[in-house]
Amino acid sequence: MVQEGLQRALSQSFMAQTSGQAGGTTDDLPRGPVAETRDLNVWYDDFQALRDISLQVPGHRITAIIGPSGCGKSTLIRCFNRMNDLIAGFRSTGDVIFQGQDIYGKGIDPVEVRRRIGMVFQKPNPFPKSIYENVAFGPRINGYVGHLHEIVERALRQAALWDEVKDNLRKSALTLSGGQQQRLCIARALAIEPEVILMDEPCSALDPAATLKIEDLMRELAREYAIVIVTHNMQQAARVADSTAVMMMAEDRAGELIEYGPTKEVFTNPKEQRTEDYITGRFG
Amino acid sequence: MTRTAFDHQLAEVQEDMVELASMVETAIERSVQALEGRDIELAHRIIDDDLKINRKRYETEEKCLELFATQQPLAGDLRTIVAVLHIIVDLERMGDHAEGIAKVTLMLGHEPPIEPDIDLAPMAKIAIRMLVGSVDAFKDRDAGRARAICDEDDEVDALYDKAYGELVTHMVNDPETIDRATHLGWVAHNLERIADRVTNICERVVYLVEGKIEELNVSKY
Repeated sequence: MVQEGLQRALSQSFMAQTSGQAGGTTDDLPRGPVAETRDLNVWYDDFQALRDISLQVPGHRITAIIGPSGCGKSTLIRCFNRMNDLIAGFRSTGDVIFQGQDIYGKGIDPVEVRRRIGMVFQKPNPFPKSIYENVAFGPRINGYVGHLHEIVERALRQAALWDEVKDNLRKSALTLSGGQQQRLCIARALAIEPEVILMDEPCSALDPAATLKIEDLMRELAREYAIVIVTHNMQQAARVADSTAVMMMAEDRAGELIEYGPTKEVFTNPKEQRTEDYITGRFG
Repeated sequence: MTRTAFDHQLAEVQEDMVELASMVETAIERSVQALEGRDIELAHRIIDDDLKINRKRYETEEKCLELFATQQPLAGDLRTIVAVLHIIVDLERMGDHAEGIAKVTLMLGHEPPIEPDIDLAPMAKIAIRMLVGSVDAFKDRDAGRARAICDEDDEVDALYDKAYGELVTHMVNDPETIDRATHLGWVAHNLERIADRVTNICERVVYLVEGKIEELNVSKY
């Protein structure tokens, strides 16, 4: 219970700090929490993967989750849109709140959750279809009946891909470079107008130039969306994120949130020795 | 996981900084000694040695920049390198102040001292004590000690006020002493600036330990 209280206090105190904090390009936008976990515990069968995670995701901000391999970063980010439901043996306690509602509550449609909380994965995974069809797919299966091409153009523009593909929209998405494919996947996620975008190591398969393009794009997108990114690249978290959550594995290998704060503080003057050891490369 | 090579490099820049501080301490001690003894030869040696101090500062600075470029230091490592980068600049400038005192010795040559003589040794003693203490505070990561050292700057300021008043009195009473008194005023000013620069070092120690950049002592000069 003490641990739970601490976790919640940690998250809440951080929200209070960031509410008056400058930084990034989205300072003029509201930054109240749009999503949060409260005392979240996750198990895969008997193995506890997460313990007592309380984390608030502010709007119009980029929140990075960092930590060593196996600490539960991906498990945590996938809880925000119920992607773990599909894994055998998954169960959880605690709450995952989105816009005031527990998304694991009764009567909640996980498909609708995933429409409102989009996800981009480690490896670009475009459908083997045209560029246009990749972006139009989501709106179409969600029953959109308006002008699809407007949505496609808007999403591709938002993903900073339009100028590169506007003359080749009917070409296969698989002809694009890795960086372009990943931006196409971001456009595909944007086309269904989510409110939060989850990114699970979105640049790990990209070269440095493509990585920087995605990072620039993230800063742009943060004007309209809340973004949560899991990354192994600490420099990337330092470059793009407004706030950073640090996770570690406990002795029983359950993932725990050990520090959460403004990125500049986490990377220059972390409060926890374990954070210091991890980000300075002396542990993990 | 360890970062053996990086840890070695990080230790090296700190050792370089401590060595630079030791060179500067010697320069200050000798500058006052040369002045008191009108030791022209020693004054020349201090001026020559200042080149070694400058070289040491630039060598250490290059090592720090290399660490930024190649190791992407974070958290405590980042603060350590940033602190070293700032401190070596202050140390190098303190060396320049010692050189300035040595040049006054050359200017005074074998002219007789002002009677009664102005005793600047206590100022030098406190400034050196502050310098040594600040470097110890750095080595021990002792922010409390760094803060306490800054308070000593007020003593140096008070001694400077006293020396300044005495020098003006000399100049008013005996215009023959104006040149010599002015030169000694420069020495007092150099010592006062050395103590001010120690407070800068102390600020960097507090930053290193606590991650906060704050002004610890606003000198009246």
